[in-house]
Amino acid sequence: MEIFDIFLLEAVVNGILLGGLLALLSLGLNLIFGVIDVVWICYAELIMIGMYAVFVLHTQYGWPLLPAMAAGVGVVAALGAALHQFVIRPVLTAEPINQLLVTGGMLFLLQAAATLAFGIDFRNLGVRMTPIVVGEMSISAPRVIAFAAALAGVAATWLLLTRTYVGIAIRAISQDRAIMPLMGVNPNRVFVVTSALGGALAGLGACLLVLQYDIHPAIGLTFGPIVFLICVLGGLGNMLGGLVASFIFAQFISVGGFFLHIEWGYVIAFAFFIAVMFWRPQGILGAK
Amino acid sequence: MLAVSNLSAGYGSFQALFGVSLEVRAGEAVAVIGPNGAGKTTLLRAISKLIDASGGEITMEGTRLNELPAHEVIGRGIAHVPENRRLFSRLTVEENLRMGAFSSRKKFVERLRFVYGLFPRLEERRDQLAGTLSGGEQQMCAIARALMSGPKLLLLDEPSAGLAPVVVQSIFALVKRICAEGYTVLIVEQSVQQVLKVVDRAYLLETGRIRSSGAAAALAASGEIQRSYLGL
Amino acid sequence: MKPLAWAGVALVAAVPFTGIGNYPLHLVIMCLLWAYVYTSWSIMGRLGMVSLGHGAFLGIGAYAVVMLWNHFGLSPWIGAPVAVLMSLALAVLIGLPCFRFRIVGHYFALVTLALSEVTRLVIVALRDYTGGSLGATPNTALAQGNPWSLAAVQFSDKWVWFYVILGFWLGGLWIWARLDRSMTRLALEAISQEEDAAASVGINVTRSKLFVTLISAAMTSVGGVLYAQYQLYINPETVSGIGISLQMVFGAIAGGMFVMLGPTVGAVITLLLQEGLRLALGDAFKQFPALDLAIYGLMLVLFIIYMPKGILGAALEWRARRHATPAVAPR
Repeated sequence: MEIFDIFLLEAVVNGILLGGLLALLSLGLNLIFGVIDVVWICYAELIMIGMYAVFVLHTQYGWPLLPAMAAGVGVVAALGAALHQFVIRPVLTAEPINQLLVTGGMLFLLQAAATLAFGIDFRNLGVRMTPIVVGEMSISAPRVIAFAAALAGVAATWLLLTRTYVGIAIRAISQDRAIMPLMGVNPNRVFVVTSALGGALAGLGACLLVLQYDIHPAIGLTFGPIVFLICVLGGLGNMLGGLVASFIFAQFISVGGFFLHIEWGYVIAFAFFIAVMFWRPQGILGAK
Repeated sequence: MLAVSNLSAGYGSFQALFGVSLEVRAGEAVAVIGPNGAGKTTLLRAISKLIDASGGEITMEGTRLNELPAHEVIGRGIAHVPENRRLFSRLTVEENLRMGAFSSRKKFVERLRFVYGLFPRLEERRDQLAGTLSGGEQQMCAIARALMSGPKLLLLDEPSAGLAPVVVQSIFALVKRICAEGYTVLIVEQSVQQVLKVVDRAYLLETGRIRSSGAAAALAASGEIQRSYLGL
Repeated sequence: MKPLAWAGVALVAAVPFTGIGNYPLHLVIMCLLWAYVYTSWSIMGRLGMVSLGHGAFLGIGAYAVVMLWNHFGLSPWIGAPVAVLMSLALAVLIGLPCFRFRIVGHYFALVTLALSEVTRLVIVALRDYTGGSLGATPNTALAQGNPWSLAAVQFSDKWVWFYVILGFWLGGLWIWARLDRSMTRLALEAISQEEDAAASVGINVTRSKLFVTLISAAMTSVGGVLYAQYQLYINPETVSGIGISLQMVFGAIAGGMFVMLGPTVGAVITLLLQEGLRLALGDAFKQFPALDLAIYGLMLVLFIIYMPKGILGAALEWRARRHATPAVAPR
């Protein structure tokens, strides 16, 4: 019984650590949706590109890990800004479904570009860290780092949104887009900055993921849907809701996967999502 | 200061203004009055470039505004307090004021002091969410937000709309004070009596055209307004 | 139907007799099959219910028949109805709450996305039965010298499949046309514009939406059955999940989902894209994997930005404008 409990506890702890990472990932998506009112279907693919960026800089160009990661964040931030300016902006006033589809096209494009550039072999950053041992539990070090970095990212975003002019403008535009010009604010500029910020958060997520997982052009399809569901679960656009939903979801995945095969953990989490959709379709913290 | 000549504007295929001409001289308080649907809000939105003019010209201190993008209008010294106040309801009072000063952030502190001097009630409520303020306080906040940009010309869109009569009185007293501080004001209003007591001149706008204009007192005395509002 | 349409159908039906090779015939068959599947999707899509989860129905259709045949010896004649019933059940399970609670737009799209992913995950998780990511093949019923098995719905002569799938393609178009002329379509257009107003006029919003959803789900899962029986190989990524779901959406949109033959045009475009690249690049095509996917994606982006009504839709619109009488007041 003792050993059983320890492994269960380990699963719970891993779930919490995973929750932190998912929280960071969901933050970017919620930010974009909450402010600009578009869903980037290709969000996970942006993260994938970020992972490749870190990989290339670190293993092929020999950059030390931290500068490579910083560059990775920058790359995805720039990608996010470009995505908005060239792809989203033309369809901003069209039907919402067009915005979904245009980012769906980008999903294909980014996946294909990565395949063309890097092939379909799995790559790995090759960073090995000794696991952290707490009592009888063994926790992977990258997971802990990811959790800490994710929290830092969330905190930094919160500070940006509440203490800077840009942040206040971002919050303002999500409440009343039409009168922003009266404040002397060019709405498009704010959207581009928001997109860059969302991209930067995705980029940070990429840095944390690349420490733990292999890279492949199609990995976006593995965690992408999870991030979407977490955002919808917490209330699309609601950053706090996304955080809460992340931890709940992560527990389902981790503990469910502990008792059954890992895929079933995901299935249970997804089923939970669908169940919540029936009970509270606007999401746990969503506004009616 | 502001000169509007032969302005035409509308929404898509629906034209709301037909060749409107008016002017506002520095230091003046001018009202545009008229019944519902006259195009008063459209007029202000055309001036602040929220909508584009389809004909005519708008100049501010000699500079043509027609080609200016909307977010540069505030840089020319025109601040627009929109219809229904349009505060950022989930931002605090002070954050709303900060947005007002977005285009001139360096002057934020001194402007804030000035604005809180004019509106002490707002200072009391500075950390309160704007959406939780009363109607009158919201209007104060909206006007204060516009003043944060240090404008030369203040556009007020129906400041009395949706407010209780007692509150309306205090709002117009405020407008009078703002005029006394030296601001040039163009105010658009549906309720006639109160506004004519506050402004120097007025224009009567009816279904997109200027029906008549003149000194406030004279216009009030003539029967023009009653006829216009009653559709005679 | 107009005589031109009949001539067109006759022309298509004559294809196997033109002596084109086996591979080109295969391409035409796949083209018709995907045209049918895209049309099935577009029945929902054109009425404002954009689903990113039709991979679920396709996958259920494909896997249900193969699993029932391989593990229980049940003929696809039984397996197909079972697959359709499962898809209908799933459609009701998801659709009823969604429509009752007015889950629309982004939310609806993402919920359906969840659906297709759950289906894919379940298929993979049941790897002991389904073979997981490696895929599955229906056990062959074609003994030596026996080219057809009606009971197992397996035919080694491609031209048989051609006519089967041609029939379904035409059937799909017929259903599209019937729905187009029905009250349901009007109801749904009203709903997609102003749901509350539609409800106040007495339109049963939930029932109308559910009706169309069930038809679309059933049709799509039949498409999955056909795919499995024809290709004789299925795997979770190609018949379920977000990839194939998006592909369906793109196919319908590229051709124009508001027009009956739009999805078919979309299937043709997709096909031309793949084969065209293969021809143009020859051996180099192998060196540039996913080039068709890249152009796919690029086209989707460009289409949505510049031609949201799709190629056929835009062409028809252009033609209509040229023939418009000047007396008609502009909107």
